[in-house]
Amino acid sequence: MEYETVIGLEVHAQLLTKSKMFCRCSTDYTSAPPNSHVCPVCLGMPGVLPTINQQAVEFTVMTAIALHCTISDYTKFDRKNYPYPDLMKGYQISQYDAPFGHDGWLVIDVDGQEKKVGITRVHLEEDVAKLLHRTIAGEGSYSLVDVNRSGVPLMEIVGEPDLRSPEEARQYLMKLRSILRYLGVSTGNMEEGSFRCDANISIRPENSPDTLAKVEVKNMNSFKAVYRALSYEEERQRKVAAAGKRLFQETRGWVEDRGVTVSQRSKEYAHDYRYFPEPDLAPLVLDRAWVEEVESKLPELPEARRNRFEAKFSVAVGTAASLTSSKEMADYFEDCLKASREISPKEISNWLLGEVSRIINESGVDIAEFRKMVAPEGLVRLAKLNSEGVVSAASAKSVLGQMYQKGESADDIIKAQGLGQISDAGAIEEEIARVIKDNAPAVADYKAGKKQSLKFLVGQVMRATRGRANPAVVNRLMEKRLEEG
Amino acid sequence: MKLSREEVLRIARLARVGLTDEDVDRLREQLSDILENFEALKQVDTTDVPPTTQSIPLQNVTKDDEVAPSLSQEQTLANAPRKEGEYFRVRAVLE
Repeated sequence: MEYETVIGLEVHAQLLTKSKMFCRCSTDYTSAPPNSHVCPVCLGMPGVLPTINQQAVEFTVMTAIALHCTISDYTKFDRKNYPYPDLMKGYQISQYDAPFGHDGWLVIDVDGQEKKVGITRVHLEEDVAKLLHRTIAGEGSYSLVDVNRSGVPLMEIVGEPDLRSPEEARQYLMKLRSILRYLGVSTGNMEEGSFRCDANISIRPENSPDTLAKVEVKNMNSFKAVYRALSYEEERQRKVAAAGKRLFQETRGWVEDRGVTVSQRSKEYAHDYRYFPEPDLAPLVLDRAWVEEVESKLPELPEARRNRFEAKFSVAVGTAASLTSSKEMADYFEDCLKASREISPKEISNWLLGEVSRIINESGVDIAEFRKMVAPEGLVRLAKLNSEGVVSAASAKSVLGQMYQKGESADDIIKAQGLGQISDAGAIEEEIARVIKDNAPAVADYKAGKKQSLKFLVGQVMRATRGRANPAVVNRLMEKRLEEG
Repeated sequence: MKLSREEVLRIARLARVGLTDEDVDRLREQLSDILENFEALKQVDTTDVPPTTQSIPLQNVTKDDEVAPSLSQEQTLANAPRKEGEYFRVRAVLE
């Protein structure tokens, strides 16, 4: 039987507020000593009162609007009770039945076709403490608690089970992260845990509305891990079904180094969260005028920017999509164009999607890191030196690599290493004379009518000058010399 | 109607409270009394009263996104039954 894969993703994103969700402790805990960004509210001390962070509310509403959600007029927080030491209070303040936004969608690109993926809800809650698990021989296991992360605003975005493959899931995540970054509400960094994803995945006979057992996959810490875990899981479920065995509804954890998901059924018990309205927090009534004001202040989002790039800079659809998939890349592109009118959008996009992308992929950094070493002005200067023939295309690539490594300007590197293109006829003539002398057979071939030999001889000159000679000049002079002599 | 032993034990487990047999018997009575009082409240006609989660008519109480100093690590860990270095130490909670 043919099966179809059904995937829905739940994403948690830490919001970029300065202070925590319900108190004034700093959210900047990554480099802070453990338990140093903690107050009585974080610790759930008796008698303390939480207060809602207005900025977190605004960030969540911005996101819900960008995801085309219906924004609730009335919303409130609820207590989600569960006994786990990552919650100092014994409950997490979350939202149960009145999320900020619901019933939205975002668009992903599937094989060149646009596909709308439903967003169930967008709600706001607080992050939990970090647990470190320790085992000491003879003493057994125990856990250590760092409360710094507890109370950091956490936005949850629940997607509809509209995704049909691991690739669609990856596209969805990339798109969602791109939107959050454009909005400036989250860093979207999966490796650092500020953007987390759990997946529900099941299979169903094609054209049947009924899925087999739904499996929740956790513990995926990168985009690649999500893709790999879901690929593994859809395969596993098909194999179990094909063998005529039963699939269980369960939670499975992705084990990165083994490339498998394993059942976490050991701790399975029916959750009884006993949700009830948080009596310490007054409900929020979202004023329509305020929501409209937030909407009017939204920055340009990826799709709008892509359309503008296509129209304004006449770049191809695919190019515009690549340039705008990350806000930082799109900003870099526009800053380059602002820096100089002499360089065309096409030239800049060639640099960014070519050599610059190669460097950042190879170094495993992003364009923001690249920008710290090579400012848009610096790249534009290099592009200009290249287009003016001061430096050859091959040398320019090597210069860019060094600009990124050393943070020096193109002019300094070209000068220090004598990489300037040789267009001076005299210097080139000298090399040509030597090459002709050393390659008598090729010269003879040329004279016998084998015109391809010209290419070989030009190549020898280029090699002798380490790519610095202007190829057009070499070609012209070499041909002239051969015809003459 | 009196709560069953099982119901009391389940509530105790969720609240992370250990109970003796006597406690269970006593709480079956006391919790049942409390529930009976809620039954009494249920007799009030609330047809035209919208549900509320608050007893005082407050809404939209928020704070600006500003940072204030936290407690010192020493203060934070002062009441911990068990600690290790800069951390609270708790029983193993491996998943």
